[in-house]
Amino acid sequence: MKHKTTEPLPRLTAHELSSVRGGRTLFEQVSFEVHAGELWQITGANGAGKSTLLRMLAGLMPSHTGRIEFNNHSIQYDRSAYHQQLLFIGHKPAVKAELTALENVYWQRRLSGDHRATQDSMDDWSLLETIGLLGLEDEMTGRLSAGQQRRVALTRLWHSQAPLWILDEPFTALDVKGIALLEQRFSEHLSQGGSIVMTSHQALSLASLNPQQLHLGEAYANAMGVA
Amino acid sequence: MTAMQLWRSVLSKDLRLAARRRSDAINPLIFLLMVITLFPLGVGPGPDILARIAPGIIWVAALLATLLGVDRIFKDDYADGSLEQLCLLPQPLAFTVSAKMVSHWLLSGLPLVILSPLLALLLSLPTSAYGALSLSLLLGTPALSALAAIGASLTLPLQRGSALISLILLPLFIPLLIFATSAVESAGMGMAVHGQLAILAAISVLTVTLAPLAVAAGVRMSVN
Repeated sequence: MKHKTTEPLPRLTAHELSSVRGGRTLFEQVSFEVHAGELWQITGANGAGKSTLLRMLAGLMPSHTGRIEFNNHSIQYDRSAYHQQLLFIGHKPAVKAELTALENVYWQRRLSGDHRATQDSMDDWSLLETIGLLGLEDEMTGRLSAGQQRRVALTRLWHSQAPLWILDEPFTALDVKGIALLEQRFSEHLSQGGSIVMTSHQALSLASLNPQQLHLGEAYANAMGVA
Repeated sequence: MTAMQLWRSVLSKDLRLAARRRSDAINPLIFLLMVITLFPLGVGPGPDILARIAPGIIWVAALLATLLGVDRIFKDDYADGSLEQLCLLPQPLAFTVSAKMVSHWLLSGLPLVILSPLLALLLSLPTSAYGALSLSLLLGTPALSALAAIGASLTLPLQRGSALISLILLPLFIPLLIFATSAVESAGMGMAVHGQLAILAAISVLTVTLAPLAVAAGVRMSVN
C-alpha cells in the first residue's frame, strides 16, 4: 500500500475487519480505505458476508476484530456525528406499504432531518418524476411492484445531503432504465466529492464510475493487489 | 432539525400508520370489552359479587389487552427496515423510541382511561370508585406501555416471540395490578387512596424515564 503525502485523508477506513457467524468465519483481515469521490463495489458469493460488512461499516453491527474510522475518528466514538454523514439503504427498503409513494417520500425527508419538508410539496413531486413514479403517487406502496417499491426507497439518494452512501444491492428489482438512472445519480454524487460503498453482483456500465473492487471470499487476498 | 421535531415526526408517522391500519389498534380494545361484558354472564349479574371482583377484572383485562398489542410496537418497523433507519439517525435512539412508546400509550392506554367509566358501569362498580379507577388507569397505563416496549424490543428477531414476551412482562405487571386494584377497592369502601395512587405514579415515572434506555439497547441488539 503506497501513500503519497498529497493524497487527501481517507474518508472511511476499515482496518482488519472480520466476521464470525455461528462458529464460521465469513471473512477476516478485510482492510480498505474509501476516499472522497470513490465508489467501492464489494462482490462475493452469496453468504460471503457482503451485507454483514456493510452493516458493520454503517455501525449497525460490531466487528469481531479491527476498527472502522470515519475522518480519522472511530465510528463508535461519535456515533451521532458519523450518522449525520451517512446514508444507508439496506436489503429492507424502509418503505411503508400502508402509505402512498408521495407520503413515503415526505416521511423519509422528515425523518432524515429535513424540517422544511411539507406534505405534498413540489420537491417531492419532482422527485417522484425523476424516479419515474409520476402517476402512481397516490397508490399505496404495498400495491406497487417490487421494482417500484425499490424506487420509492431510492428517492432518498436524491434528497440526502450525506457524503457517504452505503448501499446494499441497490439494483435489486430495478429495470434497465432504473439502473441507468441510478448510475447517473452515483456519478453526480461522486463528482460532488461524495463516496459510495455498495454491493452488487452486476458490473457497473457507466465508465465514469470507475469502481474499486473488493472481493470477499477465498480470492480476497488476490483482489487486494488490484485495489 | 432539533431532536424535538424529529420526535414529533416519529410520533405522527406512527399515528398516521395506525390510522391506516385501524384493526391493529382496535383489536385489544374489543378483546377488553368482550372480557368485561362476558364476566357478568359467567358469574351472574348480582351486583354485590360483580362489584367485589370488578377492579380485579378490569385491571387483569387491561394487562392482557396490553399484551395482545405488544407486537405492534416494533414488529412492522423491524420487518420493513424502518427500525434500522431509526438506529442510524444522529439523534439518540432512546429519545426516538420514546416517541414509539408514547404512540403505543395513545392507542392502547388512553382509550382505556376514556372507556373506564363504561367498564365500571358494566360491572356495577360503586360510583365512589369511578374516579379511583380512571386515575389508577391514567397513572398505571404509561408504565404498561413502557414495560411492553422493553419486552417487544427484546424479542424482535424471534418469529414467535409472543409467548416469551408474556413471560417477561407478566411478573413486571404484577406490582401495578396489586396497587391499582387495591386503590379501586379502597375507593369503593370509602377509604383514602392517595397512598396506592402515589405508588402507581412512582412506578410510572420510574419506568417511563428509564425504559427508553433499555428499549434502545434492546433494539440495537435486535437490529444487529
